[in-house]
Amino acid sequence: MNMKNPLSFQLNVDDFLPASKEEKESLSQMRPSIGFWKDAMRRLRKNPVAMVCFWIIVVIMILAFIVPEFYPYKYEEQIKYSTYLAPFEFSEVEQARIDAGEKLFPHILGTDNLGRDYAVRVMVGSRVSLLVGLIASAIILVIGSVYGSISGFFGGWVDLVMMRIVDIIYTIPDVLLIVLLSFALEDPIRNLANVPGFKWLNTVGTGLISIFVVFALLYWVGMARIVRSQVLTLKNSEYVTAARALGAGSGRIIRKHLLTNCIGTLVVTTTLQIPSSIFTESFLSFLGLGVKVPMPSLGSLASDGLNGLESHPYLLLAPALLISLIILSFNLFGDGLRDAFDPKMKN
Amino acid sequence: MLKYIIKRVILAILTIWLVATLTFFLMHAVPGGPFVAEKSISPQAIEALNKKFGMDKSLPEQYMTYMFGSRNEETGKIEGGVIRGDFSLSLKQRGFTVSRIITTKFPVSAKVGGLAILLALVVGIPLGSIAALNRGKWADNVILVFTTCGIAFPSFVVCTVTMYLFSMKLGILPSGGLDLGTSYILPVFSLAFYPMAYITRLMRSSMLDVVGQDYMRTAKAKGLSQSVCLFKHALRNAILPVVTYLGPMIAGTLSGSFIVEKIFRIPGLGGQFVSSITNRDYTVIMGTTIFYAALVIVMILLVDILYKLIDPRIELK
Repeated sequence: MNMKNPLSFQLNVDDFLPASKEEKESLSQMRPSIGFWKDAMRRLRKNPVAMVCFWIIVVIMILAFIVPEFYPYKYEEQIKYSTYLAPFEFSEVEQARIDAGEKLFPHILGTDNLGRDYAVRVMVGSRVSLLVGLIASAIILVIGSVYGSISGFFGGWVDLVMMRIVDIIYTIPDVLLIVLLSFALEDPIRNLANVPGFKWLNTVGTGLISIFVVFALLYWVGMARIVRSQVLTLKNSEYVTAARALGAGSGRIIRKHLLTNCIGTLVVTTTLQIPSSIFTESFLSFLGLGVKVPMPSLGSLASDGLNGLESHPYLLLAPALLISLIILSFNLFGDGLRDAFDPKMKN
Repeated sequence: MLKYIIKRVILAILTIWLVATLTFFLMHAVPGGPFVAEKSISPQAIEALNKKFGMDKSLPEQYMTYMFGSRNEETGKIEGGVIRGDFSLSLKQRGFTVSRIITTKFPVSAKVGGLAILLALVVGIPLGSIAALNRGKWADNVILVFTTCGIAFPSFVVCTVTMYLFSMKLGILPSGGLDLGTSYILPVFSLAFYPMAYITRLMRSSMLDVVGQDYMRTAKAKGLSQSVCLFKHALRNAILPVVTYLGPMIAGTLSGSFIVEKIFRIPGLGGQFVSSITNRDYTVIMGTTIFYAALVIVMILLVDILYKLIDPRIELK
């Protein structure tokens, strides 16, 4: 009876049987719903460049924060008779100890002019640089997003005044102000460090603190502008009107609705802020305005390495290349994040 | 247009005044003075020096004297002061006026900086356009790698690595000073590296934006040749973001990057500025800051006017 004549209009009765359970299940469109974060992370994981950079950052973080604690040498430890050793070279004293049967860890990157193991110094230096990048970006994130959202949300003359202040900070030549500020802040911070309760300032070093203050004072303006423009577009959305109709105050709207909705922009801008903070810190340390000796940072290591460039190029090249690698990875990872959060922006 | 320029100039003077005032008080808040570091100097001599440079007066008084001049006892006229273009004497370099220091140091920085800007533009604009027109092909990828590196490498890395390679290993270029023609190559390249990469990036993204516009399709459809399409329609529109970036960049590069001048031992304004801060040479700090701020503001104003010339649709207000 079936399929006798392909042109026949006679219906096949089997097609109209009730569906079995398996058939019903195979047709159901239910998938676990994917949230904003999960969706972005899924896209990010598909981006090989960003993932490679992510793992590079993880490895550098482990090297910077964990490895120096277990490393056989300390960053401020001066080893006798071993100034300017080449990589993997031992001083005569150490060689004698090795010949006597002792096991010594090699100086992977040699030693510097004071006989300090250079590999551990570079690692601790990158710890300082990374810390500056992360903390400074956090400061910028907080100040910039609060300032920008208030300015954008209230609009009118509040916006006008607040944005003029931003413009002035923008026009002031930043390098000049950084240099001046880090000099001006040195003494007040040192005095503060002697006050009980602020002793920890001494271990961090006044130079580093003044770098943070400089960032807090100057560098939030870019973030503030970006957040403001986001808030300007978001504040006319229906959900903001709805929230206001339900009696939410301005503070609540900014916190719960506006800032949560530009979270993608905030994450991306902060990530991209990290390398530029590291960049500025290394620049300041290179000029001798950054961290205090014997604490190394990648910039100050490179600056010291410059003096012996002819005979000991690795003393300069190691920190210089490491800082480039860090900045490069953060930049590319930030680009990847932006593509993941906002695929429209990709071009 | 004229009204706009007048408004901007007034705003500029206001900003410069604000920057100068801020710097003045910030600078005096920095501990230490210009004459503290000198060892073989008696307290009497310091007092005399302080008196000579008017530093025995109160801070607001010094500020007024510096900005608006002081009354000459003999003639009774008001003399000096920044508003009359007198930046007074350097405290540390005896016998030199600040104006003289700036006019001798700035041309050195400007020469290196000018060449660097030229290099950045000449390389950056074509590279960015090439990358955009060959989007996704190998040329684009190569240029992308270059720009990513260019933005990531701090200037001291570029300086030192090129110096190590070309003057120490290969020995073909001098490592410092500006005595020979070839000694310009390394500092100019190092100074141009970052803006070059940045301009390439800007150019690429704005070119991509422009190429997708309707008027480009129209231009192609009405049979314009490739080169007319590219130069008359695409380039002119795509170059605007680069022009925006140009203002602050020119000011920054002309007045010298501290790092490049330090590493290549160039006697320019950037190095002068840093050493004047460490010496607490108050008048030189003030003079350089005012000069730099003025340069930035003038460049931004010029760029805004240039904008209008490139794109007549833009309204200046």
